Amino acid sequence: MKIVVCVKQVPDTKGGVQFNPDGTLNRAAMLAIMNPDDKAGLEAALRLKDQYGAEVTVLTMGLPKAADVLREALAMGADKAILVTDRVLGGADTWATSSTIAAAIRKLDYDLIITGRQAIDGDTAQVGPQISEHLDIPVISYAQDIKVEGDSVIVQRQFEDRYHVLKAKMPCLITALSELNEPRYMTPGGIFDACDAEITTWGRADLTTLDDANIGLAGSPTKIAKASDKVRKGAGEKVALDPEEAVSYLMGKLTEKHII
Amino acid sequence: MDFGLDKKHEMARTLFKEFAENEVKPLAQEVDETEVFPRATVEKMAKYGFLGIPVPKEYEGQGCDPLTYVMCVEELAKVCATTSVIVSAHTSLCIDPILTYGTPEQKAKYVPDLASGRKLGAFGLTEPGAGTDAQGQQTKAVLDGDEWVLNGSKCFITNGKEADVYIIIAVTGIVEKRGRKMKEISAFIVEKDTPGFTFGTKEKKMGIRGSSTYELIFEDCRIPKENLLGAQGKGFGIAMHTLDGGRIGIAAQALGIAEGALDRTIAYVKERKQFGRTIGQFQNTQFQLADMATKVEAARMMVYKAAMAKATQKVYSVEAAQAKLYAAEVAMEVTTKAVQLHGGYGYIREYDVERMMRDAKITEIYEGTSEVQRMVISGNLLK
Repeated sequence: MKIVVCVKQVPDTKGGVQFNPDGTLNRAAMLAIMNPDDKAGLEAALRLKDQYGAEVTVLTMGLPKAADVLREALAMGADKAILVTDRVLGGADTWATSSTIAAAIRKLDYDLIITGRQAIDGDTAQVGPQISEHLDIPVISYAQDIKVEGDSVIVQRQFEDRYHVLKAKMPCLITALSELNEPRYMTPGGIFDACDAEITTWGRADLTTLDDANIGLAGSPTKIAKASDKVRKGAGEKVALDPEEAVSYLMGKLTEKHII
Repeated sequence: MDFGLDKKHEMARTLFKEFAENEVKPLAQEVDETEVFPRATVEKMAKYGFLGIPVPKEYEGQGCDPLTYVMCVEELAKVCATTSVIVSAHTSLCIDPILTYGTPEQKAKYVPDLASGRKLGAFGLTEPGAGTDAQGQQTKAVLDGDEWVLNGSKCFITNGKEADVYIIIAVTGIVEKRGRKMKEISAFIVEKDTPGFTFGTKEKKMGIRGSSTYELIFEDCRIPKENLLGAQGKGFGIAMHTLDGGRIGIAAQALGIAEGALDRTIAYVKERKQFGRTIGQFQNTQFQLADMATKVEAARMMVYKAAMAKATQKVYSVEAAQAKLYAAEVAMEVTTKAVQLHGGYGYIREYDVERMMRDAKITEIYEGTSEVQRMVISGNLLK
């Protein structure tokens, strides 16, 4: 089985979000990590590899620095890494990104593609399903459990209060939730090997099935009008009450504001 | 000269830090309080290769260098000194001498199990009457046919009852050197559950309380002839060379304890308010922190330098002794100041610095006291 896992390098929001004066993210000022949902997707792929045997290829699109997340993936146990990077691909929205990644995946032999549900910087959850559309293969999103049976996958798709069990014939694409698993750590030896490993780098010229109309900022239908940080709220009102009094106080407030 | 870490070591640092924070730190207080050996943590460390970091891959190790191993011990010690010394004693005192002095058969038999963490290692040199004074050794090994017969005891042995493979130093005869009768000392590999090998009492300690510190007892303990490690009579040199490596591990432990105490103190002085301001706003606090941080940085340079010396030099006794001497004294000083800056809370067990100050003390004592390190360093100066 050949599995392609799409990962994204994202700013670590735990340390706070930093903005440039123009409202875009100041990525240089923030630590970069592997997107958590993508890491769960990678772990799912590595578990399938442990269980059934598989070749796991990690793929990312981004700045040359994004190679860091590929090295992390290799140090966790991935077999191959591909970095898609080119200035003309910069500023891509989900459409341009998915078009580009799909063009890269077309160059590969695959049975299963796993992406994270969504990235913590954009939170669109669109790129995974869009890739499947470009490649014309089935997609199962929000996976909380993945099993392989013959040439099919059986996936639990999470809903708010239940889950659906779906079966799809490979090749197909699955989007993974961070709740899917607890990703493994790297190993020290894995890190040493990953730093010595060759990372395949593809630019625009390598992606022959890609249309120039669908790349970079120009090929992105999404236009960001404005971005801002969360509006800071005041300290609020603090009251010290017995539990019973607190309940009636809260109910009063909720009624007052027409919330209930 | 480049003092920065390369990509490999940066990534390794990230790994050890994450592991220490997520898997080790939450248990540190409990391990200290209950004095229970953290077996589950050791199994996790085994899974991720932490028990064979500087060991070649052909022996199921990670194929990394001494610096990577030292950074692992350091990061573990930042959150739990007990956990760090388990790795240090196992790697430096048991695997290293087998790799350095073992026959191909001994290496093939013992190192893969140790490096993968399926088995844990320990080292027995110290006796009730012989710590620093190796000639005071009483444990004897006598060759009887195809077996060595061990009699005697070893005390204060780290990983004591939890280990599976032990390097044991014993007297194998009397030889004449420059007209003086000297004990001939040899090294052996002894496996747990060998008949005649039992454990004495568990030591109750001031610090590193989860570490399994036991007395080892040998009563007509028969081990195969081929378990002699290195040549007969070379045990003293093996023990000393092994301790050179071990001292780099303990220096890393001391460094980690000091760093851990400094980190917690920085966080505390930003929070704690007295006389209407945080205590970090008082110049006394600022100057204390500046001294602590400077000494920690100096210790780090010496520890890393010693690790690099182990990777590139045949003899690194002085680098190891200087790193251990300095890092251990910095650990004691920094943790003592950390407790002082925490005031009354620093004396309470709920605060990590209380444990760290107790843990720091052992680094000035085991694997050669600070006085022994000074002997090693000055001996080299005046030779």
